[in-house]
Amino acid sequence: MSEQTLFKVTVDGITIEVPAGTTILQAARQIGGEVAPPAMCYYSKLKGSGGKCRTCLVEVSKGSEKDPRPMPKLVASCRTTVMDGMEVKNITSDKVIDARAGVVEFLLLNHPLDCPICDQAGECHLQDLSFDHGKSKTRFEFQKRTFKKHDLGKNIQLHMTRCILCYRCVFTADQLTNKRVHGILDRGDHAEIATHIEKSLDNEFIGNVIDVCPVGALTDKTFRFKNRVWFLKPMDAHRDCPTCSGRVTLWNRGDEVFRVTARKDEWGEIEDTPDGKPGWICNTCRFDKKEASDWVIEGPREISRASVISQGHYAGKIGTTKPTETFLAVNGGRAPHLLMDIHDESEVNKPTIHLGKIQGPSHGDTFENKTESA
Amino acid sequence: MQALTNKAQAVNRKPMTLLERLYLINIIKGMLITFSHMFKKQPTIRYPEQKREFSPVFRGLHVLNRDEEGRERCTACGLCAVACPAEAITMEAAERVEGEEQLYREEKYAAKYEINMLRCIFCGLCEDACPKDAIYLSETFAPANYTRKGFIYGKSDLLIPNPLTEASAFAEAKGVEA
Repeated sequence: MSEQTLFKVTVDGITIEVPAGTTILQAARQIGGEVAPPAMCYYSKLKGSGGKCRTCLVEVSKGSEKDPRPMPKLVASCRTTVMDGMEVKNITSDKVIDARAGVVEFLLLNHPLDCPICDQAGECHLQDLSFDHGKSKTRFEFQKRTFKKHDLGKNIQLHMTRCILCYRCVFTADQLTNKRVHGILDRGDHAEIATHIEKSLDNEFIGNVIDVCPVGALTDKTFRFKNRVWFLKPMDAHRDCPTCSGRVTLWNRGDEVFRVTARKDEWGEIEDTPDGKPGWICNTCRFDKKEASDWVIEGPREISRASVISQGHYAGKIGTTKPTETFLAVNGGRAPHLLMDIHDESEVNKPTIHLGKIQGPSHGDTFENKTESA
Repeated sequence: MQALTNKAQAVNRKPMTLLERLYLINIIKGMLITFSHMFKKQPTIRYPEQKREFSPVFRGLHVLNRDEEGRERCTACGLCAVACPAEAITMEAAERVEGEEQLYREEKYAAKYEINMLRCIFCGLCEDACPKDAIYLSETFAPANYTRKGFIYGKSDLLIPNPLTEASAFAEAKGVEA
């Protein structure tokens, strides 16, 4: 193997050596933490992604060792490769902070801000981005853009108003499936994700568009409105799947499986399997295996302390095994006299209703029918 | 032993005189104090005929709000439940179907919404957290009871009357104002 040329690059004063051809964003991610620019459209596991959303703009204050002039404009770090001796300013540059606030404002112009309804809330990159880099006020005074609704089949729900046109789902369909049926129709302000003449997305790997979508435009219909992600318990699990790696994150409530997603790393991208391939999961694993008995649970998923999903969860392995009940032994085998069983009174979380097993979103009659039969 | 402070007093064990043993002077002294209260302002409020005014920041039982068109504002976003330090709030969401547009404001609504008033500490964080102005703490408090049943408040207990279809109940709940 030939010697790889290593380039020295400095991001926010931290120097790292990376092979030639690495992008600034990848170099910054190798340093990690706050230094890494946010990315809404770039996805390292998808070839050709990036360069669209402009959230990863950085300032290059020194082009290279040979040509130390700064770059005249902010550059998209996901598409710009490093040069030897390059100096990059990300969060230390006022220009970058200002530009990013502008980008966020533009991304939110037509965004409906319906986070209370959106299933992506709590794990949404646009929420994180606007929290970290956005301003609290908008200057937009006009009607927000709306779209005619398209149905993408029984498993995937499209909310076009939330879309930021990152093209990730288009690349996913191109690179993971043999035939892409959805894409961007029209152009400019009218551009939208759709299938041409109402087709449903039903390729075996098409469910991955849900995981790559940085916002709530593409969400899981089998999980739609079932619960909020921060009330669920993410667990690493696997199963022996003939089509995919079968390594997933289960989103449980008690022992009930509400949602299955691929495992995501700290950048919100799909984790690699031990053999180095991206861990895309198939539709069977994602949509049809909602029984706890389908899965071998490995343990709780590590969630960043800053995330709302970590609220109410203990760190480490605590809470994964049920504690041994000592009451009966101490009390001579007599069960405790309960003053009230909450399920007698409460109509929420009825033991007879398993929301996770309902195919689509629940409706008003879901609860009524079940309570009558119970 | 030397006293640590000079506060200690030796007990007076001198036998009482006849006048002291009659206790008459002390009884009259006490009765005079009681009698003097007849002329003072009464601090007692005769509840329930009389009611004390609530403080403007009083936090009582919750209500679920409707908008001007009588649609439920709550979208079951779960922010009240996540803000609740006592974990008193639980809910289950459902999707609005066609024909329910005049009932629910958004495409998702709370099919079930419960507050366990035994758990609630009336801190008002749910009110602060609500992005839809859907939950408010009113100026009433939970009635006392002998059992724990009936303290799980469901949507039928919490929702305010519809201002369009139940106008009289709505006006009554709002309270008669000039």
